[in-house]
Amino acid sequence: MAAPEGILMSVIDDAVTWLNDPLNWTAPDGVIARTIEHLWISAAAVAIACAVAWPIGIWLGHTGRGGGTVVTLANLTRAVPTVALLTIFPLTIIGFGARAIVLALAVFAIPPLLANAYLGLREVDPDVRDAARGMGLSGRQVLTSVELPLAVPYLASGFRTAAVQVLATATLAAFVNGGGLGMIISRGFGLGLVSGGGQVLAGGVIVTLLCLIAEGLLAIAEKRLTPRALRR
Amino acid sequence: MPSKVLFVAAVGSDPRNPWFSWSYVRQNSDTLLAALREHVLLTVVAVLVASLIAIPLALVAYRLEWLSGTILALCGALYTVPSLALFAMLAPFTGLKPVTVLIGLVLYALLTILRGGLTGLRQVPPEVREAARGMGYGKLRLLWRIELPLAMPSIVTGLRIATVTTVALVTVGYVAGHGGFGTLIISGFNNNFYRPQIMTATLACVGLALVFDGLLLLAARATMPWQRRKGSS
Repeated sequence: MAAPEGILMSVIDDAVTWLNDPLNWTAPDGVIARTIEHLWISAAAVAIACAVAWPIGIWLGHTGRGGGTVVTLANLTRAVPTVALLTIFPLTIIGFGARAIVLALAVFAIPPLLANAYLGLREVDPDVRDAARGMGLSGRQVLTSVELPLAVPYLASGFRTAAVQVLATATLAAFVNGGGLGMIISRGFGLGLVSGGGQVLAGGVIVTLLCLIAEGLLAIAEKRLTPRALRR
Repeated sequence: MPSKVLFVAAVGSDPRNPWFSWSYVRQNSDTLLAALREHVLLTVVAVLVASLIAIPLALVAYRLEWLSGTILALCGALYTVPSLALFAMLAPFTGLKPVTVLIGLVLYALLTILRGGLTGLRQVPPEVREAARGMGYGKLRLLWRIELPLAMPSIVTGLRIATVTTVALVTVGYVAGHGGFGTLIISGFNNNFYRPQIMTATLACVGLALVFDGLLLLAARATMPWQRRKGSS
């Protein structure tokens, strides 16, 4: 049996060798193709989640109703394992393929978007709202020209949380052969740790880097969208 | 793909493959119990270990303000790492063992418990702290008798979120061969899309999360009677 340091070094060596092989990047199921797949699955899921969560969250926040429901929903989705939805959705009328993956991921992106949209609207100073009403603005005008602009930092923060969460969770699509960067890890595990350990490690590093980069870029975008006066 | 289409048709209309089946539960009670045992054990140990690390860490971050940003940023970065990627980076070194899953789970639970603890400690009103100091409370007694009890509700909230999240996350441990109900969910999918297995394991997972959450809530109520009085008034 090799010494533990030996195993450590050989796995790292294998991972570096795997990453250095151009074919592992350019092949039809290589890193580049998988990254593109990963990104579009995630983007579609976040887009659907935004289309559902923002109007509901904004409306609930504007009217001040449904706060309890938002919290309950957020708590409940935490208890449902992602792998459960990823395996259940393809067996329903939704069918196999990317559609099921995207919808399953969207379900998990809704709570942070919804909660932040609701919170953003509720956090608007009641005096500001009253002043806007006093100036003769209608309910819709108060919403579009006062409440929404003030809620942008919250919407942006919710978007960042949801997007990074989806990017990370999309890795699990590999469990149901659903594509994305998780496939590299999953294939590596399929080969067994002795021969696939390097690939498993390389895949893990690539996915981690993608998520950390996305987190960094979205943090910068969030900061830009937050008016200077509101920055903490 | 035509084969996929055929599969969908078979899966969609097969009465032998229902979503719920008591006979599945009865016939596979041993497997389900083994999965339950693994799931419970991984969750409890992970949350316990994470608490033992995160609560003292929250105290450090609370006492040393200059360090709190670094501690929170580090835990935050860990939280950004996808669970599967984390297991992938651990498994080649720690092997396909429960400890691989456990390390991953602990790392994820850290941030939630840490945040809960730190928020709770920071919420202690300064005048309460001043009054206690005026009464001659030392740092340790202040912490034990005043600050920690007042921070408890927030710590419990953090623990509850961490526990529920951990129950769901154990399923990803499938990749390291120790995913509790997750192993049943994925193997149900891989073995001809066996719906009763997927559904039973999913419901068991959600049920387990709710049971743990309820137990923590009850424990909090029993140990913090003042919270109950506040809640009922």
